Amino acid sequence: MALDMKTEPLVRVQNLKMHFPIYGGLLQRKVGDVKAVDGISFDIYEGETLGLVGESGCGKSTVGRAVLRLYDITDGAIRIDGDDIATADAGKLRSMRPLMQMIFQDPQASLNPRMTVADIIAEPLREHVKMSKIEREDRVLELMDQVGLNKEFANRYPHEFSGGQRQRIGIARALALNPKFIVCDEPIAALDVSIQAQVVNLLEELQDRLGLTYLFISHDLSMVRHIADRVAVMYLGQIAELAPRAELYEAPLHPYTQALLSAVPEPDPNIEEQVERIILTGDVPSPSNPPQGCNFCTRCPQVMEICKTVEPQFQEVQPGRFVACHLHQIAENAASEAHKSIQQGEIT
Amino acid sequence: MTDAANPIAEIEKRKPARSQWWDVWDQFRSHKGALLGSIFFVIILLAVIFGPMLWHLDATTIDIRSRNQGPSLAHPFGTDQLGRDTFARMLAGGRVSLAVGMTAMILALFLGTLIGVLAGYFKRLDGLLMRATDLFLALPLLPLLLVIIMLFRDRLSAQFGPEGGIFILMVSAIGITSWMQTARIVRGDVLALKEREFVLAARSIGTPNRRMITRHILPNVLSPIMVSATLGIATAIITESALSFLGLGFPPDFPTWGRLLFDSIDYLQQSPERVMWPGLAISLTVLSVNYIGDGLRDALDPRIRGR
Repeated sequence: MALDMKTEPLVRVQNLKMHFPIYGGLLQRKVGDVKAVDGISFDIYEGETLGLVGESGCGKSTVGRAVLRLYDITDGAIRIDGDDIATADAGKLRSMRPLMQMIFQDPQASLNPRMTVADIIAEPLREHVKMSKIEREDRVLELMDQVGLNKEFANRYPHEFSGGQRQRIGIARALALNPKFIVCDEPIAALDVSIQAQVVNLLEELQDRLGLTYLFISHDLSMVRHIADRVAVMYLGQIAELAPRAELYEAPLHPYTQALLSAVPEPDPNIEEQVERIILTGDVPSPSNPPQGCNFCTRCPQVMEICKTVEPQFQEVQPGRFVACHLHQIAENAASEAHKSIQQGEIT
Repeated sequence: MTDAANPIAEIEKRKPARSQWWDVWDQFRSHKGALLGSIFFVIILLAVIFGPMLWHLDATTIDIRSRNQGPSLAHPFGTDQLGRDTFARMLAGGRVSLAVGMTAMILALFLGTLIGVLAGYFKRLDGLLMRATDLFLALPLLPLLLVIIMLFRDRLSAQFGPEGGIFILMVSAIGITSWMQTARIVRGDVLALKEREFVLAARSIGTPNRRMITRHILPNVLSPIMVSATLGIATAIITESALSFLGLGFPPDFPTWGRLLFDSIDYLQQSPERVMWPGLAISLTVLSVNYIGDGLRDALDPRIRGR
């Protein structure tokens, strides 16, 4: 893509690892790690939406939280707007917070039940902006207007709202500091379908108006197709495939992506009958003990010998399309001398 | 939205930001038990504060000729074995008992909440603080209280006078031996709250720990704190009674509800009503405080308010 060449990405994640220790035994010693996120890299460019999809427990939300450093990451580098956030100390981190915000999955849980809507939306302003009470009230009302909430609701409490309205409160809070980058952690998963569309449309509208950049985490493939510019597919803590939306949905390269996309329901019953679904067998391996070689080798319908021993590289196989799969790396090798020698070394 | 074009309407919109304390009061008023409890508690408070000034008999005046009398017009609650007026002693004793109860409760609550919040919120402190809590729970309290009082009574009496010294000693002894339940309950609640998404949201905003605790954690652990508080007053009054009974509290001629109760036990056969008065006073105070706590807890929770 031409975009890559021109601009420095707003968010650059390199080899991000987030391992959670497991303690066990009599003395509560560390006995292993849950490799929730195990070495992923991606870039997000200003003004775009990167969709992050995958099944439950594959580490999507952990990526979102680690990128904002709500967790202390195990390894890797995260740069947002040129500043390294992975190693920033508490003071530096706090000064970077206004740049990036998060919208949470469960709008009920993400709002303090004892604070009024106005207080919830004003909290980031209190923390980071010096303004008078009147100015702050004005800003809160402006934000409520922006996300389509009636201003008269400012002094009500979260439990008095419906799910969609609560999510709007969450969005207003995320917008309060004029952030550049927002992590949307399954913002629509807890809402019913008619409200989902409203919230997604609101997010898109705000993106157009305010030039926001989103990392949109979801397991709803059709919603991601609607909102995302590029899509990353995660499996067991790693990115299987990252490609522009159209290419990914037209011609998925990774067998896991193919299987995932074949599971999307088709509204037309005539076509639905003809759709061939790729049914994966078995369960996702435990992230504390991922398989040797490719993470997907235990369930892959096109598994080869090499997949069980050698971990595939996450590399660009076509312009803008990254995939971690031996099927495509071998095809690539014929053209690339450098890769060929490495790959041969691995095969023999 | 629609009123954006109309600046007057805009200004008027902002005004009715009615203080939420009015909502709290409205909800509190609608809780009948709480209302009755607080009326009763205020009556007791007024009686023990102003009663001794108004009642013509002194709590310590000995009138040996009219000892062991039953209730009469001159002595509405009767007299004790030395002819002292029980009503006057009840009023004077209530002053001390309530003061000890409430101060000790506040101290225990403060300690318990502080330790509970610190242990629940900061993982590093958890082990240390909770083991300390367990240690306090495992200590046999009465012997410990006795030792504390033995050790410090004279020194404090010399410093603050006999009554002031004992008061400080009793309050701190009861306070530091009854915070553990509160600490445990608060810690449990904080641990659960800490994992809620709104705390994560506050962290993503960059709220520092200090304000995270005061803004997000404390208001949400208010209910268990409230419950411990109301129960704490009762325990403190009763513990004070027990200590007075053992002769380690206030001096024997100094009336408290606990002392009155235990003095009367010897005369249970002759005049059973003398046990009843302090017992009734303690029970009714505790009951009214419990109802007040119940009403306050409901009134402070926006989810219950307005229902």
